[in-house]
Amino acid sequence: MSDTTQTGPVLAADGTPLKRSLARALRMQKIRALMLIAPLLLFVLLTFILPIADMLFRSVENSIVPDNLPRTVVALQDWDANSGEIPDEAVFTALAADLKIAAEAKIHTRIGSRLNYEKPGISSLFRKAGRRVKKWDIEADGPFTEQFIKIGKGWGDPEVWRTIKTYSGTYTNGYFLNAADMQKGPDGAEWRPENEQIYFTLFKRTMFMSLVITVSCIVLAYPVAWILANLPARTANLLMILVLLPFWTSLLVRTSAWKVMLQQQGVINEVLVWLGLVADDSRLQLINNQTGTIIAMTHILLPFMILPMYSVMQTINPTYLRAAKSLGATNWTAFWWVYIPQSVPGIGAGSILVFILSIGYYITPELVGGTKGVFISNRIAFHISTSLNWGLAAALGTILLAVVLLLYWAYDKIVGIDNVKLG
Amino acid sequence: MADGANSAAFVEFERVQKSYDGENLVVKDLNLSMPKGEFLTMLGPSGSGKTTCLMMLAGFETATHGDIRLGGTSINNIPPHKRGIGMVFQNYALFPHMTIAENLSFPLEVRKMGKSTREEKVQRALDMVEMGAFGGRRPSQLSGGQQQRIALARALVFEPELVLMDEPLGALDKQLREKMQFEITHLAHRLGITVVYVTHDQTEALTMSDRVAVFDDGRIQQLAPPDKLYEEPQNSFVAQFIGENNTLEGTVKEIKDGIALVQLDDGELIDCKPVNVSQPGERTRVSIRPERVEYNKGRLQEGAHTLKAEVLEFIYMGDIFRTRLRVAGNDEFIIKTRNAPDVERLVPGQQIEIGWLPEDCRALDA
Repeated sequence: MSDTTQTGPVLAADGTPLKRSLARALRMQKIRALMLIAPLLLFVLLTFILPIADMLFRSVENSIVPDNLPRTVVALQDWDANSGEIPDEAVFTALAADLKIAAEAKIHTRIGSRLNYEKPGISSLFRKAGRRVKKWDIEADGPFTEQFIKIGKGWGDPEVWRTIKTYSGTYTNGYFLNAADMQKGPDGAEWRPENEQIYFTLFKRTMFMSLVITVSCIVLAYPVAWILANLPARTANLLMILVLLPFWTSLLVRTSAWKVMLQQQGVINEVLVWLGLVADDSRLQLINNQTGTIIAMTHILLPFMILPMYSVMQTINPTYLRAAKSLGATNWTAFWWVYIPQSVPGIGAGSILVFILSIGYYITPELVGGTKGVFISNRIAFHISTSLNWGLAAALGTILLAVVLLLYWAYDKIVGIDNVKLG
Repeated sequence: MADGANSAAFVEFERVQKSYDGENLVVKDLNLSMPKGEFLTMLGPSGSGKTTCLMMLAGFETATHGDIRLGGTSINNIPPHKRGIGMVFQNYALFPHMTIAENLSFPLEVRKMGKSTREEKVQRALDMVEMGAFGGRRPSQLSGGQQQRIALARALVFEPELVLMDEPLGALDKQLREKMQFEITHLAHRLGITVVYVTHDQTEALTMSDRVAVFDDGRIQQLAPPDKLYEEPQNSFVAQFIGENNTLEGTVKEIKDGIALVQLDDGELIDCKPVNVSQPGERTRVSIRPERVEYNKGRLQEGAHTLKAEVLEFIYMGDIFRTRLRVAGNDEFIIKTRNAPDVERLVPGQQIEIGWLPEDCRALDA
């Protein structure tokens, strides 16, 4: 019997299509493999993917306003925000009803803080109003317009009402606009005033400094990796310990050590003054600015550059250089045209590692960066732990994530991700 | 020194020594002189110093002592890239990030040749090794034999007068290796280039070279054309290293008329050609090639000394018969005979008498 004349799917010996037969044979293996990685998969899902998804969601989520001020939101729909007048009595009545419920649930202050991010001052309006509203009888005590304005003058400001109307949807792009130095004006999105724009500067600074750190890491790491790769294995392993040594010291300790080194009364300045290279009254400002952040982070991230470079260089056979020289290339030509191109995968891998690590770095800039040397991550941390504006923090984080993915994509287009070798 | 004697020499090593650690000499007192156009092979076991010699010639190692001259001028202080010596490496060392054409173009580019000249020379070199259509490929897309050809073309594309090859065929399978051996020799002779070839494969050395330098222990043990090397080894090492060889140990009884009478350790006497023995009473190692041993009495010389032998094993190899004998206490005595109608096939257990011409039996150092 011959299969060659047969048309249609190839059949196994028992007559079932070969593909299905094969799939059945492999299914057990696949299930077993899946079981083996299931714990890790679950762990990653619970501790990494879900929190990130939650964070991404928070950057657009705004349900606190429509959920707790449902009547007000409905009543405000008929009000023209650009009229320059406050809404009519119906809205105030709705607000009183909503606030009474909210205040009894002790949730009115949270609505206030949410809206306070968009317009400072609203928080206290809600707090004060919540206290009073509890004593009101919504049916009998009206009209409320005057009473609200008596509690807080802000209730008579159309801007406050515009803010409430603007942020009455379940989802909002307000956090993202904020993160991009914009705000919702009467005519949609608009730039914030010049003196309030901070995030764009911070993003730019984060990018620029990460780039500087990456380049200085390349410059410093390349010769080290080259020496390591060309030494006998024993010596190379010994020196490798020196490279890895920083990993065994706490990040905080290392950063604090840099503080000691770099401050104006620190080791470096003292030595320079002692050598007469720097005048005593014009000591170098090496810390609490960008210089400090760049120096400390270059040091901390250097091993991440050396290791991939070293592992790639180890695989480059030294005969290539000899071959180039025998063909008439000088040491420099041979190095530039034959060695460097072959070490590019190491440079690429190291650069991606260092750049992505530094773009999200937090502790070191916080400690040695002062005000001029902090990164966007420090701002995110501020919103997470101090201002408690998690939505804005989430929006900033999302933008950062998008930027990293964009850069990764650009790298893939320009250099090719298959050109990256970590070992 | 007068130029007269050395003018024909293209490559010269004079009293060259090399040490890596300052304690042991890897190359001990190397003297070598080769004329233009010669194909010379450095043959030896690993660690014999042959590759070190090649690397010194290429400029990747510096001689600890002595002079290396190329075309009459000392090149001791000339860096490798200025020596203009082509080199083929053991693992080919084709640059993986360049195409084949770019690989070949590299030596021309560093010599600042124009684009059209480069393209023309590259194409000519590729055609020369019959790889004309492969210019756009990457080295990893070629087979071992093809990479070998490209490495050869790259070493030749800038028209060097001297080409060094460091075990270039080591990574190829047997059939391809034999094919490439002929191709390289033909190419070298056609282009008239001088070649120094390093290998540990004696067949390669014998088939390819004009002369072979056998290295051992940092010295050239013998420098001779392949036939001389095989038939007239100068010492036991060369005799053992080149081809198959039978050895018998004994003591020189007397030397007369260019023939040494050697008493083997079991008391029997044989006639030998004294090569590096001079005194009666000296210990010697007698060496006879398996194919020069005769057991047909009719073909032996009148009055020649013969030895008793017992056949231990008969191996039929097609073109030849290989017979293992016990001779003078040596169980590994091999004889080879052509498979011809008139040749007797020996049977294990058979007692025979063997003999040889005195000049085929060489009394060497013990």
